[in-house]
Amino acid sequence: MALNPEFVGRVYPSTAPYRVGREKVREFANAIGDQNPAFHDVDAARALGHVDLVAPPTFAIIVSMKASEAVLFDPELGLDYTRVVHGEQRFSYTRPIVAGDDLVVTTTIESIRTMAGNDLITTRGDIVTAEGEPVVTTHSLLVSRAPDEATS
Amino acid sequence: MTGIAWTDVAVGDELPGQTFPIERVDLIRYAGASGDFNVIHWNERVATSVGLPDVIAHGMLTMALAIRVVTDWVGDPGALVEYGVRFTRPVVVPDDGHGATLAVSAKVTAKNDDGTVVVALTASSEGSTVLGRATATVRLA
Repeated sequence: MALNPEFVGRVYPSTAPYRVGREKVREFANAIGDQNPAFHDVDAARALGHVDLVAPPTFAIIVSMKASEAVLFDPELGLDYTRVVHGEQRFSYTRPIVAGDDLVVTTTIESIRTMAGNDLITTRGDIVTAEGEPVVTTHSLLVSRAPDEATS
Repeated sequence: MTGIAWTDVAVGDELPGQTFPIERVDLIRYAGASGDFNVIHWNERVATSVGLPDVIAHGMLTMALAIRVVTDWVGDPGALVEYGVRFTRPVVVPDDGHGATLAVSAKVTAKNDDGTVVVALTASSEGSTVLGRATATVRLA
């Protein structure tokens, strides 16, 4: 099913702040098997010049996905989530996310197109602190795969 | 700051490669920590019913593992400026007692005047490339 092209350019208001907790940072780092001391040891993170534990680079996806789910599940968009796969992902860091951050996200739908029956949707998530300081920008391309009969 | 000096790095330099074993339990742990409970990452019945060969790893887990080659090299993960990938093939994780292996290598492809370098990453599993256009920009000392 083709996605509703009227959604291109839509900007969704900032989410409620996401508080980055030390234990969540450690849990995420353990889940990706990464024992870099900056993710686990506050003193080690501070020795590198950070104010608290550093979150792993891909931690930003937790914050941005939470924000974009509301967008992607909007029935008027017409996205069949059971057929969605992650096509591309990019992060641009102004600074790393650190424990103690209160982060809000503004989600923008940048493009919607159809290729070989697959629906492609690109979203941008601008992650900033509650005070408005830029932290990370995420770009995600999601692909809703065409039904099998269209691909064979 | 980081331990690697920009002046000591040349285009073409290879970073130490790494291999990462991925078992089903790693997908369960990642689902819990990330909140991504998409069924195709833990349920074989559903994964095969939507045309996948078996349960597949979260693309974001693959992305998280691959960047280790860069962050372990520089030491400070906060030195990362940009990181992007395309998910070209899934990492299939069979329930056969050993799972999958992700092999990652990386090479410096550009040096920028602002003190950063661009690193191109290559990630493969069972002989197939799984990430495309995987590049990271990192600030050096």
